[in-house]
Amino acid sequence: MRRLVIGVGNPMRGDDGAGPEVARRVTSVEGYRGATGSYELMDVWEGADEVIIVDAARSGSEPGTIHRFDAQDGPLPAGVIGASTHSIGVAEVIEMARSLERLPERLFVYGIEISDLTPGSELSQTVERAVTALVDEIDHA
Amino acid sequence: MRADREIAVDYLARVEGEGAMYLKLRGDEVVDLKFKIFEPPRFFEAFLRGRRFSEAPDITARICGICPIAYQTSACNAMESAGGVEVTGGLRDLRRLIYCGEWIESHALHVFFLHAPDFLGYDSAIQMAADLPDQVKMGLRLKQIGNRIMTVLGGREIHPINVRVGGFYRSPTVTELTALVPDLEWALEAALTTVRWVAELPFPDFDREYQFVSLADSDEFPIEGGRIVSNRGLDIEVAEWSDHFEETHVPWSNALHARRRDGSSYHVGPMARYALNSEKLTAAAREAARQAGLGPVCTNPFRSIIVRAVEIAFACEEALRLINRYTRPPTPYLDVQPRNVTGHGASEAPRGMLYHRYDIDSEGLIVDAHIVPPTSQNQLSIEEDLHAYVPGRTGLTDERLQWELEQAIRCYDPCISCATHFLDLTVERT
Repeated sequence: MRRLVIGVGNPMRGDDGAGPEVARRVTSVEGYRGATGSYELMDVWEGADEVIIVDAARSGSEPGTIHRFDAQDGPLPAGVIGASTHSIGVAEVIEMARSLERLPERLFVYGIEISDLTPGSELSQTVERAVTALVDEIDHA
Repeated sequence: MRADREIAVDYLARVEGEGAMYLKLRGDEVVDLKFKIFEPPRFFEAFLRGRRFSEAPDITARICGICPIAYQTSACNAMESAGGVEVTGGLRDLRRLIYCGEWIESHALHVFFLHAPDFLGYDSAIQMAADLPDQVKMGLRLKQIGNRIMTVLGGREIHPINVRVGGFYRSPTVTELTALVPDLEWALEAALTTVRWVAELPFPDFDREYQFVSLADSDEFPIEGGRIVSNRGLDIEVAEWSDHFEETHVPWSNALHARRRDGSSYHVGPMARYALNSEKLTAAAREAARQAGLGPVCTNPFRSIIVRAVEIAFACEEALRLINRYTRPPTPYLDVQPRNVTGHGASEAPRGMLYHRYDIDSEGLIVDAHIVPPTSQNQLSIEEDLHAYVPGRTGLTDERLQWELEQAIRCYDPCISCATHFLDLTVERT
């Protein structure tokens, strides 16, 4: 079975880099970094049996909160997973893939609640702890 | 006394970047109408000052993730003309080929995902995919094939890293290029199918007398260079741009408005290229245009979606032709060393002519840079279209009128992120 972790976000914008950082650190599964939430995600996950997408979330929860969604349950709730600056976000790509029957058999989306998006900054401490916890969870699943 | 009626779109969907539209009507009269660009300025021209001439292609590529090749090519053209070097033969073919990839990728995105939903009454391509999965799949694959050309020649699809002043860091092998042929043959057929599909869309009855401006080459459809021509008799060297065009600042846009020096608007992009060069299209693309009923000139901006589809077919055919005659050039690039000189360059970005000018000092550093993207040049034309479109349609509901006006803006495939690349920040201290 091929498992793939896709980290979505911009590592040069503080906590927005949480997703790529998870994809960089996981050791038990293949990681893919540097993705923006565009339609090309469908090409990235082509051939994988289980896909885990990690993206930044801004729902108003405490920073560091980890949200988890199973794409098979239906569309992602609006306004949780960060909308892309390129107008197509992860939620939209998933719905497009659902219509085109290109969803992987198992697709989970983790959203890490973020706080600081200062360009050029590192991950905030709270988000850093959430990243560590999520990497541990994925590696030991 | 009729009550005023306002239609305000605070955030335009399915355009690249951040823009808005505002319309105020008094009865049937348009009192105020603006295409607003509020995306913050991005200061690229200032970033370039003090950088080496050779850095311009990579820095300006960052202006746009959809059309980086256009920026790289116009910058290379400017530096090469400044250095007195002309890139010809196989290297020019490669430059044209990677640009074909960009046209395919950018036009497929616009035709299938940004503009077609307008004509069919969908709010988004995702909604459209539920009813028309075959068309959406075709659009995705076309886009992917365009991206693949950019990856093979450029090292990666977004902000390619293999383009340099004078040519490329590494030229591809014949085998690498011929591997693209099966995909391109499929893409050409798909593009011809696309032309037939979009030609059947319902088009509003609306034509305008545009001043079309594009590049023109002596015997090929313009992509990577040429002279600047218009349908009003203009025929100039790229270096003469500022003798004939100017940019002005208007308070409601963070992108400069370009216009002719006589104040008139002009129109760049697929319709302009087509109007000024349609006889130079490759055979299948020309025939597809004929069957779609385009005629030698298309003046209905809504039908630009057909012209874009024709250009996808052209880009596939042209790419196949270039690959077919390819032999690896003896060197991947020519040496270019501009000093104490001003260089001008232009190329045909998917959205229209993109002009660059650089002043280079005695050490090869950029002293001043000037970049005029297609969306800046089209802003005036967009506003004139909207002004002309509203009269006679004021009986429409607000919702319907707004829909059609947004659709009219999207005819230009505006790239607002590109258009706001500019602006000098002046700090006055007293």
